[in-house]
Amino acid sequence: MRRDHRDLVRYTASERVNHWIVGISFILLGMSGLALFHPAFFPFTLLFGGGTWTRILHPIFGVIMAVFFIIMVWRFAKHNLMHKLDWQWIGRVNEMIDGNDETMPVQGKYNGGQKLLFWLLLACMLLLIPSGILLWRAYFDFPVELVRVAAVVHSATAVVMICLIFVHIYAAIWVTGTVRAMWYGTVTRAWAKQHHRCWFEEVTKPRSDGPARR
Amino acid sequence: MATLDIQARSATTTPSPGVRQQLDVAKLIDISKCIGCKACQVACMEWNDLRDEVGHNTGSYQYPPDLNSKSWTLMRFYEVEPEPNRLEWLIRKDGCMHCVDPGCLAACPAPGAIVQYSNGIVDFNQDHCIGCGYCIAGCPFDIPRLAEIDQKAYKCTLCSDRISVGREPACVKTCPTGAITFGSKSDMLTHASTRVADLNSRGFQNAALYDPPGVGGTHVMYVLQHADRPELYGLPKDPTISPMVELWTGLAKPLAIATMAFVGFASLFHYVTKGPNSVSKEIEKEEEEKA
Amino acid sequence: MTNHWVDIKNADLIIIMGGNAAEAHPCGFKWVTEAKAHRGARLIVVDPRFNRSAAVADVYAPIRSGSDIAFLGGVIHYLLSNDKIHHEYVRNFTNAAYLVREDFDFNDGIFSGYDADKRQYDRETWDYQLGDDGYVQIDDTMTHPRCVHQLMKQHYSRYTPEVVSNVCGTPKEDFLKIAEMIAETSATDKVMTILYALGWTQHTTGSQNIRSMAMIQLLLGNIGRVGGGVNALRGHSNVQGITDMNLVTNVLPGYLRLASDKEQDFQGYLDARSPKPLRPNQISYWQNFPNFWVSLAKAFYGDAATPENNFCYDWFPKLDQPYDVLHMFERMHQGQMNGFISQGFNPLASVPCVRKVHEGLSKLKYLVVIDPLVTETSEFWRDMGDYNEATPADIQTEVFRLPSTCFAEEAGSYSNSSRTLQWHWKAADPPGDAKTDTGIIAGIFYGLRRLYEQEGGAFPDPIVNLSWDYDHPLEPSAEDLAREFSGSALVDVADPKDPTQTLAKAGEQLSGFGQLRNDGSTACGNWLYCGSWSEAGNLMAKRGTNDPSGLGFYPDWGYTWPANRRVLYNRANCDMQGQPWDPTRATIHWNGQQWVGNDVPDMRLTAAPEEDVGPFIMHPDGVGHLFALKSMAEGPLPEHYEPFETPLGVNPMHPDNPLALNNPATRIFPNDREQLGGPDEYPYVATTYRLTEHFHYWTKNVLLNSILQPSQFIEMGEELAAEKGIKNGDQVKVFSKRGYIRAVAVVTKRLRGLAVNGRTVHTIGIPIHWGFIGVAQKGYLANRLTPFVGDANAQTPEFKAFLVNIEKIPTTTAV
Repeated sequence: MRRDHRDLVRYTASERVNHWIVGISFILLGMSGLALFHPAFFPFTLLFGGGTWTRILHPIFGVIMAVFFIIMVWRFAKHNLMHKLDWQWIGRVNEMIDGNDETMPVQGKYNGGQKLLFWLLLACMLLLIPSGILLWRAYFDFPVELVRVAAVVHSATAVVMICLIFVHIYAAIWVTGTVRAMWYGTVTRAWAKQHHRCWFEEVTKPRSDGPARR
Repeated sequence: MATLDIQARSATTTPSPGVRQQLDVAKLIDISKCIGCKACQVACMEWNDLRDEVGHNTGSYQYPPDLNSKSWTLMRFYEVEPEPNRLEWLIRKDGCMHCVDPGCLAACPAPGAIVQYSNGIVDFNQDHCIGCGYCIAGCPFDIPRLAEIDQKAYKCTLCSDRISVGREPACVKTCPTGAITFGSKSDMLTHASTRVADLNSRGFQNAALYDPPGVGGTHVMYVLQHADRPELYGLPKDPTISPMVELWTGLAKPLAIATMAFVGFASLFHYVTKGPNSVSKEIEKEEEEKA
Repeated sequence: MTNHWVDIKNADLIIIMGGNAAEAHPCGFKWVTEAKAHRGARLIVVDPRFNRSAAVADVYAPIRSGSDIAFLGGVIHYLLSNDKIHHEYVRNFTNAAYLVREDFDFNDGIFSGYDADKRQYDRETWDYQLGDDGYVQIDDTMTHPRCVHQLMKQHYSRYTPEVVSNVCGTPKEDFLKIAEMIAETSATDKVMTILYALGWTQHTTGSQNIRSMAMIQLLLGNIGRVGGGVNALRGHSNVQGITDMNLVTNVLPGYLRLASDKEQDFQGYLDARSPKPLRPNQISYWQNFPNFWVSLAKAFYGDAATPENNFCYDWFPKLDQPYDVLHMFERMHQGQMNGFISQGFNPLASVPCVRKVHEGLSKLKYLVVIDPLVTETSEFWRDMGDYNEATPADIQTEVFRLPSTCFAEEAGSYSNSSRTLQWHWKAADPPGDAKTDTGIIAGIFYGLRRLYEQEGGAFPDPIVNLSWDYDHPLEPSAEDLAREFSGSALVDVADPKDPTQTLAKAGEQLSGFGQLRNDGSTACGNWLYCGSWSEAGNLMAKRGTNDPSGLGFYPDWGYTWPANRRVLYNRANCDMQGQPWDPTRATIHWNGQQWVGNDVPDMRLTAAPEEDVGPFIMHPDGVGHLFALKSMAEGPLPEHYEPFETPLGVNPMHPDNPLALNNPATRIFPNDREQLGGPDEYPYVATTYRLTEHFHYWTKNVLLNSILQPSQFIEMGEELAAEKGIKNGDQVKVFSKRGYIRAVAVVTKRLRGLAVNGRTVHTIGIPIHWGFIGVAQKGYLANRLTPFVGDANAQTPEFKAFLVNIEKIPTTTAV
């Protein structure tokens, strides 16, 4: 529902559904994975019906996430191509963190940090998927040396990915007015102008084949 | 064995009971006495009520071709020529080595699915096993196997149920030539030394005990005619828990938790110190005016 | 066994040849490992295959299957030419010094007296020179050209290490090393034991294989010795018992030889089997034959057996021709047999040449199979595709299957290789309608007797008068039968030394065969077992574990025939003064008055050493026979002959004498000779054998055994496999002139080509155990390949050396 017709559409419904399938899968994967990673988190298995069910479900969540993650990559990759400006932005990320974003280079739909995160998450998935398959004993039996390496790669990558997602979530919370983009798809014009000015200008400039979106 | 006998427990960060201190036990397998009759395989199947498949010969006396969840022990046959024109048919009873530092236990993520008793037996508790197969990756000797039916891991228990009531393992009881003996580890070491001396007298200058220190020693040991070349018997030369497994079960875990905690707390304190990143009043005003 | 299982631990050197003890006798093999571990004994294995025994041997040497006599003859040559014999023993305890008739001769592979048409010898000349006193002439210096020692020296002079290597394919240095190790046991403090089994018996020269080793053991002074002897490892738990009870057609229980058709005179029959001593003071124990035979007749016919009717001698069968198993199936194949009762026997799998057996069974009117299991024989008519080609509609044989109990479902006694009778108790009721064998036989007997009583018949007496005095006549108990074979007094038996004393009162069980009488006052079903169930009770059930000697004799465990004696000929364990050759391994000794010790003396207790009573008391001359006299069909000294299917086409020992190609005294039926293949079409030697994982054709019915060794395979060497393009695990077809099998090929380093007489001879190993019945994978009966020919003396079939060819089965048609 779009209460304010001036709000800008940032994500379509289908994109949002896609994101949340990935997101929920990730949370389930993270919790079930951590449960099998360290005894401190083993109680998480109770959320999945016990240890054995946790072991059964984790790779299935993984398959779901992998599929939807790949679709998402296919959808968003073009928006995340890194440009010179993005690297400049990244170079001055300290100012951003410090809360002084006024002088940061203006950004398109995604800023350099978001783009970098996107590619890092993709890299993580590209490590997690094959290493996960190597560890999936129920269906596969790979040479033990490979499995051992896979276990290290899978857990290390998972930790990195969890940290990245922490950053992702925190960034969404920290930058007020962001989360709603993934809830119901729109952002305010002010938000867009503030954080993604180029994108703002692009979506608000009059179209050749019709009136400017207002 | 009872709970009181547990001295180490998988996926557990607190000390185990360790109340009762049992004598260290050991099974000694003297390969120079083994005739490969497979009586130990039968005894194991009978005692543990295991019935493997009736399969097909794969070009060897060895059957089944490999350990599996229904065959916890297996005679492995090796035709080797340690010296030119000197054929030897080495027959090794394969099965769990019951390591002092068990890789399976280190790798296992399920609390209590693998325990080590104070007498040295490493036992799987299928009730707690979640079937992930990490024990397989953890084992330097390639022993545990997942069952097709329940996906739980199985391996030799060293007949912990028999030992707890003062009996020897079933394979030891049945071995017709006395190639498998069982007792306290110190007694077995003494026995092994007499066997090694006998083999030395028969020209096996490199005969020795296989009790690999890389895994802290084992509770199943071999007398080998060619201990300098354990690979002739399909045994690893200097088995240790794989560095990969050490990495992932050792340093990686606390480091990972610390990292994740750091990121979480850093975010929290960032918010607390910097506050939210809101849209500036100017821009808000600009856009309101446009409307 | 002359000795016993536990005694193997007392050996210094163990040789396994013609057997594979670790494979076929894993439990008994423990005593080999004991000897190695505690005495530092060395183990030698000589076999065509590097087998499970070889896996734990100190020395292994390959040998071409069927060439054992050449190898052993080579050892004899080595011992004699290097003077590595136990001189005092050989001079006093063997016939080495005895003079042989001047007309005894050996010429290019053939002994004197040969009739080539009959393929038989007239053995007249194979005898001693007797003096006027009736005793054998002796030359104590053993230099007389006609003394056995010199004859042997001459006979075996041809068996040089080079000849051995050329005939056997054994590398010369391996042979010499083994000969040297064997020779060391000629010392008085060194003893060797030999363990053999079917690898020696199942040859056309089977009996002579064993005799060759017996001669070696005599030369070394190892017979009668603790840790020595000649030891046959029996293949079934009770096959010693079946031999002792003589369930074969030419002997009665206790090895009492049956009369031939010509021996219609009772006294003549007894006299021919009760030889007088051939040397002064000798015991010649077979002089007691009448006591044994008459007691047996009393057990058979009870009161009907009287001195007046010669104890029913006329009712006992007289042999008009052989009735061995090969002969039996030959007659069946010729259609000369109406019915066949197969009790505990699976002839389709166990008799050579399955095709012939199958044709024979198909010609019967009826076949009765008594067995606890469904056997291939009882299903021979069933169409099992390639595994058993049969057209049931064309087979008119009526098959009756009578399910019997197995060992755990009945009580009884076992006689093991150690000659020890051990009682066993029933553990479970049989399933379904299964009955004990005694119950089934009793039922058949009652039916036959009723028919004879009602209808008369040609010769009813032996059946209608048979003594059947049991508590449960329709199913005689094992206890009743055991008391019967042990024997009892029918009237009071007086002590011959003091007739006022009674040794056994009427109705009492006897305490030993010394109490048997030839006047009908005693009954005994088997003189060797006499005393096993005495007035003291069932001695077979004793389980005492005391071992006073520390040598593992366990005199209170079970009952060992004869007379609970653990080592036969144990007088030979002592020197001429009656003291042990090796005091650390003492059994009996002369204490000045009599023989005493840890074992039951195999000697008259009061026979002082000065009396020179020989230790081999069953022989009329009291000594061990290096020269076998007339006892062997193919000659008194073993000679190498090629198997009937020889890969060489020639006997390298006698290349110019075709008569000496194969064993000249072996019987072969004409149609079977036609079924022999030659090396051109069938260039590889095949040998069949057993595996630890299975027991004959029984355990393929058992899940655990079938799991361990699930499907049929053959073994072949790497060279041959490469030549034939066969890889490990490939499906192959092995075929002889008589049939084929299909199996997985196990390609191994343990079989290798041997250089024999200028060519390379490859061996293909064929484990038996698979058939078309059971829970294991279906397979082909190995005897589809084997020739229908046997040992010249025992007619044991040749399963160990025959010719085959082999080819890879293309993967597309492999099953």
